[in-house]
Amino acid sequence: MRIVQELLFIIAFSVAVYLFSTKVRQIRRNILLGRDEDLNDHPDLRWKNVLLLAFGQKKMFRNPMVAVLHFFVYAGFIIINLEILEIILDGILGTHRVFVSVLGSLYPVLIGAFEVLAVLVILGCAIFLIRRNILKLRRFISKDLDGWPRSDANYILITEIVLMTLFLTMNTADQQMQLRGSAHYVTTGPFLITGSLAPLFSGLSDGTLVGLERGGWWLHILGVLAFLNYLPYSKHLHIILAFPNAYFASLEPMGEMENMPAVQREVQLMLQPELAASEPAPEGIPKFGAKDVSDLSWKNLLDAYSCTECGRCSAACPANLTGKTLSPRKIMMDTRDRLEEVGRNINANGTFTDDGKTLLRNYITEEELRACTTCNACVQECPVSISPLDIILQLRRHLVMEESSAPTEWTGMFSNIENNMAPWKFSMDDRDKWAEEMNQ
Amino acid sequence: MQIKTMATYAANGETPEILFWVGCAGSFDQRAQKITKAFATILDKTGVQFAILGKEESCTGDPARRAGNEFIFQMMAQNNIQLLNMYGVKKIVTACPHCFNILKNEYPALGGNYEVIHHTTFLQSLIDEGKIRMKEGGAFKGKKITYHDSCYLGRGNNIYEAPRKVLETLDAELVEMKRCRSKGLCCGAGGAQMFKEEEKGNTRINFERGREAVDTGASVIAANCPFCMTMLTDGVKETGKEDEVKVLDIAELIAMNME
Repeated sequence: MRIVQELLFIIAFSVAVYLFSTKVRQIRRNILLGRDEDLNDHPDLRWKNVLLLAFGQKKMFRNPMVAVLHFFVYAGFIIINLEILEIILDGILGTHRVFVSVLGSLYPVLIGAFEVLAVLVILGCAIFLIRRNILKLRRFISKDLDGWPRSDANYILITEIVLMTLFLTMNTADQQMQLRGSAHYVTTGPFLITGSLAPLFSGLSDGTLVGLERGGWWLHILGVLAFLNYLPYSKHLHIILAFPNAYFASLEPMGEMENMPAVQREVQLMLQPELAASEPAPEGIPKFGAKDVSDLSWKNLLDAYSCTECGRCSAACPANLTGKTLSPRKIMMDTRDRLEEVGRNINANGTFTDDGKTLLRNYITEEELRACTTCNACVQECPVSISPLDIILQLRRHLVMEESSAPTEWTGMFSNIENNMAPWKFSMDDRDKWAEEMNQ
Repeated sequence: MQIKTMATYAANGETPEILFWVGCAGSFDQRAQKITKAFATILDKTGVQFAILGKEESCTGDPARRAGNEFIFQMMAQNNIQLLNMYGVKKIVTACPHCFNILKNEYPALGGNYEVIHHTTFLQSLIDEGKIRMKEGGAFKGKKITYHDSCYLGRGNNIYEAPRKVLETLDAELVEMKRCRSKGLCCGAGGAQMFKEEEKGNTRINFERGREAVDTGASVIAANCPFCMTMLTDGVKETGKEDEVKVLDIAELIAMNME
């Protein structure tokens, strides 16, 4: 019996890890479809961002109440992995609570702490479900989330509650079996939460208790393995990608817009033709701005996979607040959806075969892009260092430079700058009129 | 008062302490010209040796770049950098956060490296050095002032406190809007929106912000940007409170209350 359980566990575990790693490789490949961008400078500052933003959840604390609840769920997730490690070892070796012999009297203290976290996770998830489905906060009911994204959020919260409940059930049954002095159930001493819950199970037979304990154990670990494989298809992937995304976060001031060396060079040659002879010709025709996901940088694509669709960006976006179609969250969701579509195309055909679609227009409209005031509120709010603005600006560059598509007022503004050196149609000679008035 | 240009200084073989980068709005927009004049008056009164580029100044290229037209931006920027480098400019002060941001953060990649200061920060340093002294019981004593963070000074460059410190010297009561500092609401003009109609929505961004500012009960909305100035003034007008609530630049507030 024991050997069958061990075999079944090893098979389930291997299948889960195999499937997960296959999907992870695909995501990595998809991200690397993006344009190259070197983001390895200043490792000290980058690690600081990982510590503050990802581990420390610094930006979450812009809203302290939610931050505390999120911290419970997050800490529960990180720390409970230690307990999962024991479950995996027990599963492979056929042991029961293998860490008891190593940790001794520290063991019940640790499990007790995990149990407290489990209860806090249940509490946090329950409140989050209420906020989403009953209180209906503005950022959770907007139409960006219609369909799958809304269900996805609820599935995640419900799964976490179920997994934690199974963990607590398993421990309660275990504690009751320990009280009965069962040989298989190693005596550990009482666990903080389930130690006091154990008497509730005192009326149950040994068989039922073993069933509850084993059932809880199996469903808990199978649930965890299933959840692991659900992650890459879900917005919940942020629990992994928040860490690299914080590392590769921009270190420049938010107001700074990325330079385009290709255009810089062309204009330089135009203004100083004498440089042309000494300059080597660039390879290929450069693309100006981004039309599809492969024109964006790999960091933009990592951003897309890191987005958990919380909507803090859109809630702060002045265009969104005043009823325009622009939603920074939708920009990120569209980028991920398009990238996944391109990934499926590559899976099916070996290489990307033109499907007649692009991120611009098939996903993101000109109207959305035009409404952005570049105010950086979305970038400021994102807890995991995503920049929707960077994508918006690259798509705008494509519109203007590759398609000459701009509202007529902008076309006028461009020609005013070119001809009069100011965005308005004033004479250059009047530029210092105010000074002449003061000099009189 | 004699406002000199860089060309005049150069002709005399001199270099001024700072270049006052006026910007297009500050040069041409009638309302913004008042900010420019107020700031020039402060510089003159405090004895700061400054010059302007005058007719030689061009748009920095900010609205073109944000709209997506990198070519026009590069043409403007490279010409400006050639000019600034020719005059050996080291230090630039500007009353426009868009000019400030682009000169400070984006010109270095093209070979334009200068110390760039926004006028609110510069005013704070003049106050700290004791060069600006306020009148006793100035016009704003005891009045409520609310401050609007411009995106390009605040979030864009993390400058939130200097303008507030300057306002404190007015002896007025500084009241904050619900959305302030890093949570501040845009006036609606950035990213080249100043130069086109807003997209369809429920309301305009500047109406929303104007209402929020008026709701604080302040009689003065202090701005630090000529674009915010235009947008907020329209926003206040929309609420029908333009007679009771004035939108003024920090430089104007200081110029009015200096000794």
